[in-house]
Amino acid sequence: MLGALLFQFLPAHAVSITAILGDKPPRHLSEFGFFEDARTQKPAEGVVPFAINTPLFSDHALKFRFVHVPEGKAVVYNPDEAFEFPVGSALVKTFAFPADLRSPDKDVRLIETRVLLRHEDGWHAWAYLWNEEQTEAVLKIAGARVPVELTGHDGKPLTIDYAVPNKNQCKGCHSFSGEIVPLGPKARNLNGEFSYEGGPENQLSHWIAAGILKGVPKPEEVPAVPDWQDENAPLDARARAWLDVNCAHCHRREGPASNSGLFLTWHEDDPVALGMGKRPVAAGRGSGGRKFDIKPGDPDGSILLYRVESVEPGIMMPELGRSQHNPEAVELLREWIAGMR
Amino acid sequence: MEALARFCVRLVQLAAVLLTTISLQAAEIKVEPGADGSEQLIEALIMAQPGDTVSIAAGRFELTDGLSLDVDDVTVSGAGADATILSFRNQQGSGEGLLVTSDRVVLQDFAVEDPKGDGVKSKGSDQITFRNLRVEWTNGPDEKNGAYGVYPVSSKNVLIEGVTVRGASDAGIYVGQSENIIVRNSRAEYNVAGIEIENSFRADVHGNVATHNTGGILIFDLPNLPVQGGHDIRVFDNEVVDNDTPNFAPEGNIVGIVPKGMGIMVMANRNVHVFNNRLSGNGTTHVLIAAYPNEYEDENYMFVPRGVYIHDNEYGEGGSAPEGEVGRLISDISGVPVPDIVWDGVTRIPEYLSWVAAEDRIYIDEAEGTTFVNLKMISQTILPWSVSPDKDISAHKGSLPEPEPVTLPQESGA
Repeated sequence: MLGALLFQFLPAHAVSITAILGDKPPRHLSEFGFFEDARTQKPAEGVVPFAINTPLFSDHALKFRFVHVPEGKAVVYNPDEAFEFPVGSALVKTFAFPADLRSPDKDVRLIETRVLLRHEDGWHAWAYLWNEEQTEAVLKIAGARVPVELTGHDGKPLTIDYAVPNKNQCKGCHSFSGEIVPLGPKARNLNGEFSYEGGPENQLSHWIAAGILKGVPKPEEVPAVPDWQDENAPLDARARAWLDVNCAHCHRREGPASNSGLFLTWHEDDPVALGMGKRPVAAGRGSGGRKFDIKPGDPDGSILLYRVESVEPGIMMPELGRSQHNPEAVELLREWIAGMR
Repeated sequence: MEALARFCVRLVQLAAVLLTTISLQAAEIKVEPGADGSEQLIEALIMAQPGDTVSIAAGRFELTDGLSLDVDDVTVSGAGADATILSFRNQQGSGEGLLVTSDRVVLQDFAVEDPKGDGVKSKGSDQITFRNLRVEWTNGPDEKNGAYGVYPVSSKNVLIEGVTVRGASDAGIYVGQSENIIVRNSRAEYNVAGIEIENSFRADVHGNVATHNTGGILIFDLPNLPVQGGHDIRVFDNEVVDNDTPNFAPEGNIVGIVPKGMGIMVMANRNVHVFNNRLSGNGTTHVLIAAYPNEYEDENYMFVPRGVYIHDNEYGEGGSAPEGEVGRLISDISGVPVPDIVWDGVTRIPEYLSWVAAEDRIYIDEAEGTTFVNLKMISQTILPWSVSPDKDISAHKGSLPEPEPVTLPQESGA
């Protein structure tokens, strides 16, 4: 009752801590108050947009990311893992498709907005599905398949059976020793420029200036991964950055694929754990008749490449969040493996 | 008469009280087949509260994505392994049919058919029970089938009973990197491996039927994994018969080495006891004890089996049709029919030059007439000079103390 009363006096477009911390997630995305104009993804006050240097491939979807940290609190820096967010924080990510992948700013259709909410007992993940009219997004617990028709990078029509994950599938990737965790906001992936309304600025500097990030060492001590498509960056760094984001959420010692023994985090330095000369353990038909996860110098003898190239469930990797080919990534990995000795 | 009536009334009251108590603690979430049956099921598994039972009615459910359960203390119960059918024929995503990542979960009385990857998997679960399930690839053996049928991995206190698995392109029942395991009264047929215990500790595998697989029961340990050094495993009272399906594992997988007609194979484990099994109709050999055959880089890995005790098994016809590379390798040395029990004889070089400690040796105590061969290979290759195999079974007389039976907290009557 008191909460409802207070709510009336809050300014318009303010983030609702009640919605973030409620026992049950609100039915409508608008109840969080994350956006001043959701249709154009213009954030409300106290909601900061961000991007990561190398993102996860999600069937060519555009992604709009935002962070909200409660007034007076700050995120704690970590050099290797996702930052520690204070209770009441929210990470918001909208997935959208343009009508034509060659013009990503035009005729953008919002598909879903995912929220990660930091409660006292940990993170909670939910997905909201946008309506046809693009006026509201509604909580979807069981996930959904959304057919998306658009024009591909090659100018040809493309139909994507886009998958909105169910609550458990969120944890299929966002899992660290069995607990839900954010994946994107790591120092090495946030350490890059973002075009804010006031001009381009390093994201970490921006967060510090906004008072929402503390404990950051000197800039030269903060790690960074390159944009995987930046051809000026070293090949090895680009490939490792791609694997780190697209695979290592599961393929790490604390992740859902720990039992595979294949570990692809940015920091992994054991060649066998990285797949070199490593035989598969539970690949089944995912082996594609190849003997090693990575056979140095031989991309077509490497299971890793076979599974990244495949779009067949039971073979393709990652297992979730993808149904489309990602030829640029395949080329990058091919070049990387071919160059190994 | 009046007393009886009073007693009946009290009985009804008591029952009512009991029912209320139960319903307060645990809800039953019913899921029915129909147009939205699959969505109901997905949602029930996500929204279940600890203590709940998700009851899936008889009928067919067509799933387009994998199912998952991440809530502790939940029972998922169907109307029978031939009545409640979860079909993944049209699956578009996920690596398995059903994935459990929580503790104290019971899965029982339903079937999972034609998953694109694995069938029913648990990862990191404590006290996980798979009971009276059927996992089947309905098209029969095919390298395009998923790898594992029932697949607990990185789990603890695992009970698999009354399960049937058919058609897995790796292992029907596969327990990996787990500890405290019972696999009993289950049936594995037409898989590459029937039952496989890999990189696991303390397992009792008994009362099962493994038939028409490529290999019946495999006890393996592999390198480069977070959990390795499998040990304390008892394989007893099983029927391992007529394993005669050609190997259909996709190349690259370790089970690809298993020749058609393998009964029980022990590879690179410690303290494995194989007894009271009935073996018959296994064309390559009934029992093979072997070292890990591939090159590897892992200084923590022990590639030879240590402490294996084979006794009181019953051997029928077998070894008359050795198959594949391994079958040929064996029969080139042993001749045909291949003896009932084959040991590759691989010994680490320091031990070859000195001796093997008593607890690490191979012991065999079988009925008169049981045949045996030590192939006398060393370090994964046959000696460059000619060595004649050793068929003297009496050289392996002796025994090892048996591990305590596995007990599980979910069976302690709590």
